[in-house]
Parts: sequence; structure tokens; C-alpha cells
Amino acid sequence: MISAQYLGMPLEINDLDHENLNYFAYCAKHDFRLQRCASCKLLRYPPTTACPWCSELSSEWVSVEGRGTVHSYTEVHHAIQPAFKQYTPYLVLLVELDTQSGMPTREEGLRVIGNLVRPDGVLAPKAEVERVGIGTRVRMVFTDVAPGLALPQWTIDETAASGMPWRYRG
Amino acid sequence: MPLPREDVDATTAKFLRDKYAVVGVGETAYTRGSNMTTRALATIAVRNAMLDAGLKPSEIDGMLSYQSNDSVFSPLVAGDLGIRLNFYMDVFGGGSSTEALVGIAIGVIEAGMCKTVVIFRSMNGFSQVRIGGTGARAAAPVSGDALHSRAYGWQSAGQSFAPTFMRHMYEFGTTAEQVAHVRVAHSHHASNNPKAYYKKRLTAEDVVNSRMICQPLHLLDCCVETDNANALIVTTAARAKDLKQPLVRIRGVVGRCSKPRVDMHYQVGPISTVAGHYAKDILWPNSGVSPEDIDLTGSYDAFTFTTMLQLEDYGFCKKGEGGHYVSDGTIMLGGKKPNNTSGGHLCEGYTHGIAMVIENVRQLRHDADDSCPTGSDGRRQHTYDYREGGCRQVKNAEVSANFGWAMPGTGSAMVMRRG
Repeated sequence: MISAQYLGMPLEINDLDHENLNYFAYCAKHDFRLQRCASCKLLRYPPTTACPWCSELSSEWVSVEGRGTVHSYTEVHHAIQPAFKQYTPYLVLLVELDTQSGMPTREEGLRVIGNLVRPDGVLAPKAEVERVGIGTRVRMVFTDVAPGLALPQWTIDETAASGMPWRYRG
Repeated sequence: MPLPREDVDATTAKFLRDKYAVVGVGETAYTRGSNMTTRALATIAVRNAMLDAGLKPSEIDGMLSYQSNDSVFSPLVAGDLGIRLNFYMDVFGGGSSTEALVGIAIGVIEAGMCKTVVIFRSMNGFSQVRIGGTGARAAAPVSGDALHSRAYGWQSAGQSFAPTFMRHMYEFGTTAEQVAHVRVAHSHHASNNPKAYYKKRLTAEDVVNSRMICQPLHLLDCCVETDNANALIVTTAARAKDLKQPLVRIRGVVGRCSKPRVDMHYQVGPISTVAGHYAKDILWPNSGVSPEDIDLTGSYDAFTFTTMLQLEDYGFCKKGEGGHYVSDGTIMLGGKKPNNTSGGHLCEGYTHGIAMVIENVRQLRHDADDSCPTGSDGRRQHTYDYREGGCRQVKNAEVSANFGWAMPGTGSAMVMRRG
């Protein structure tokens, strides 16, 4: 059992939850890994017992490059959890990875949730939040929470040539 | 639009069209502070539905409810009212439950398990367990699948659905001002509903100028949280003919129809498409009608955007044109296809979807409970004057559709018809 506190929330991974234990243990090593199905070879997110495309149970954990494009997002102004209030407005990003984008069908992809954070894993300040929208290129960083538990997060990929992202306008 | 009156062949499980009816509806007052238990609320709502139908406790023998670890179970409510059950079931769920449970009620009656089924939802959604996730729910440990959502401050319904709404704006140019007209319409309807919690008429400016909760949702894009219980009663149309109210038949249902990989629906396909895209292909063939035949709709409106997306994906307009559709007057009382004539969850009160079904039952009886005077036959004499505080009965309402929503990936729906 992993038990930790993060932004005032108790986070827990039960000993029975092998998929999440493995996933977050790799994250704790700052190694983003996803399960690749032994049968159809498709990657999947988040971790699951079976392959959502072919129901095969066997898989292997493979390293995946943490780069992608913001597919959609919300900018939260009214936080629910008290500890998030100090960071409002914060971004929840749905990021489509470059890996397996448009597969297995054109409209599909691996879409990984995360907050917009600074490179050190702390939720990003307003000036950075206001630069990000649909189309922004981002790279993965990690927020270390406890031994065996780090959260994959997103930060602006300053090396990428991003056009003007689509942002919500009033 | 009137439908042929003859009963269709209902001899196979697939074709139960018009064989069943909603015969009673009832609720408690919409409050913020009911000052009673969910058991008491449910008991009162079920009793009101029985009185509405003219059914005695001995004539009810089935009970269904839905909840989210926040309510009372059927056996307690039945016992309190002197109802002996031949069947009951309490299921987990929210806004896509009512229409699905109506389908289950038809199924268990058809299977001979019981004869008449009450369906209820009871919640102290303001004073005890708040759906938005504040209070006790915010303090619960984050584990399992929630590690991939709540840990990121992605928890409430609004936060969870927002990427779907934002992507719709990105892909189709839908604007906040267009979608705000859902609230405008519902607020106008609520002003003619004495039961409604919020009765004030609003403008699109009021909505887009209210404070931001999470983009694209302003405060007034979000529904109200209230305490209350709602109930309705399903039995065969044959039995319904002996009961108190004008007949309202069930044409067809679809229950908890889902997008692929429903728990992680944003992984798959265009996320601006919701479950209605799939559910429509069951609903319209099962009920033998199409959007053109529908006189009024009821749509789960936890948010303005949920109504826009559902009307679009059930085919009331072309994909991508939902913003225009909900802002051109069509969904207002007096328009071609009014939506949520009670004011819905945005204004009347929040009951996880069941209240909009109850409203449409009353509309199809031509007995919307507005302020119109009551005639010598005990029924309201509707004026069809929709000015503030006036009538909210849809003229010549014959066929209605309801669209329930659990989240973008799951929906339920039902078509009902008069007589």
C-alpha cells in the first residue's frame, strides 16, 4: 500500500492494484511507460487489466516519449479541493501523445491527462496558463509525491514551434 | 404531431411500443434544506405519485431507485408506505438512469415478475451529499481510477465534462453566448413554474457575465443543487385505462447506451461527440418516430452544454450546429420544439434526470402545473400566454422525447406519446 499526501489530498494505491502500482512506480523513476498489448501491439492509457481493443490480458510495459499536443483542456477558476485554490486558475490538459496518434483509427490516440506545471512539477503560474490552449506543444515532466508515486504532468515545450493555440475567449 | 392511435403489435420483446404507460408522477418541494431524511423525502414523493395515479399501496408491487451512495433503498420506502414488493432493485447511477429504469420496469413486468413499478430518486443534494464533490467526497482518499483524474483537480462534473465542451467550441466555432441561450430558455420556462427554485428570467449576457467556474462554464451555465425526491409509476397501458390520469404511453426507450471505452471515453474518437450519437440509432427505430415528430424535449441540463450536445447528437440539427440550434428560439416555449419546459435542472431543481420525464408526462396530459386557472373538470384551463408568471403548457403536445446523460460517454432516452 502506498499512502501519500498531495495538495491536501490523501493519495492511495492499494496492494491489489497491480496496474497502478506498476504505472506510478515507473513514473517515480521519471520513466513514462504504458502497457503494450502482447497480441495487437497497441499501447493503452491509463493502465488496465485487459487490452481495450482486443481484450488480451498479456502486455509489457514500454517506455513512451512524453511529447504531444493539447487536444482539449479546461482552465479551472473555482477549485473544489482547498489546496488547489492557491493555484487558480490552473489548467487540466488532455494531451494527445505523438506516439500512436491517429491509431488505430484516425480519430483515436493516447490522450493523457495532466496539469500544466513548471518544469519542476509545481502547478504553473497564470502567465504560463495564459499561453496554453488547443494545439500547444507540451512535454512530460513529473511531480514527485512519495516513493513509488509521481504524477505525470505537462509543461510547455519551449523547443517546439507552436502556432497560436486555440484558447477560450470570454 | 399526432400519431396513429391503433396499438402496434407488441408480441415480441423488441416491439413493446405503446404497451406501457407512465400513470403517476409526484415530487417533494425543491429546497436547499429539506430538514428531513432521504427516506422521508422518497416516501412523500412516492405517495404523491400514487395519489396522482389513483393507486393504493396494495396495487404497487415493484420498486426501482437509483442513487450514488447518497440515498435510501426501496425496501424501506415500500415498507413505510405499506407496499408489499414482488420485485425491487436499487441501482448505482445518476443522470442516465430514469429512462433506463423505465425500460427495466417494462422488462420485469413483461417477464411476469410484478405488475406495477414505482421509480424514485431521493437526494439531499444540497444539504447532505453534493454532487459537485465538495464536503465529504472531497476528503475521501484518491485511489484506483481517480488517481488519473481527481489527483489533477479534475473532479467535479463540470471539470470532467469541460474538455468535451471546449473541443466542440474549437471544432465547430460554438460560442459561449450561443449556449447561454439554453439557460435563457430554461429560466423563462421556470418563471412559469411555481415549483421552480430559480424563477428569475435571465439573458445571455447574465450568463456570460457570471463568474467563471471552469472554462467554458460560467456559474449560470451550471445547474442548481437542491434537496428533493421525485417518483413516477409504470404499468401496462391496459391497466392505465382504469386509472385517474389521461394516458401517457411509452413509445420506446434506450438505456445507458455508451461510447466505446466509456470509463475513458475521451481516449476514443471525436470527444465532441456524445453517447446520443449511438443512442439515437436505438431510440428512433424503437419508438418509430424521428426528431421531426417530436413536439417537446426534456434534456439533462446539469450544464447548458449538455442540452446543446444532446439535441445535436440525437439529430435535431446537423452535427456542429448545436450552438445555432439552441439560440434561435426553437427550444423556447412558443418555439417549434420547447426543451425543459419546467426549467430543468438549471432552474427548477436538481434530481438527476427524473424531473424532466415527470414534466413531459404532465405536458402530454395537457396538465402542466403552471398558474393557469383550474376549470370545473379539475384541470387547468391553459391560456398559452407564455409571458412571465403565465402558462407553460405546450399547445397540442402529442409526442415527447427525454435525453438522460451520465457523462459525455453514457446516455439514456425515451419517447412518450399522449393517448
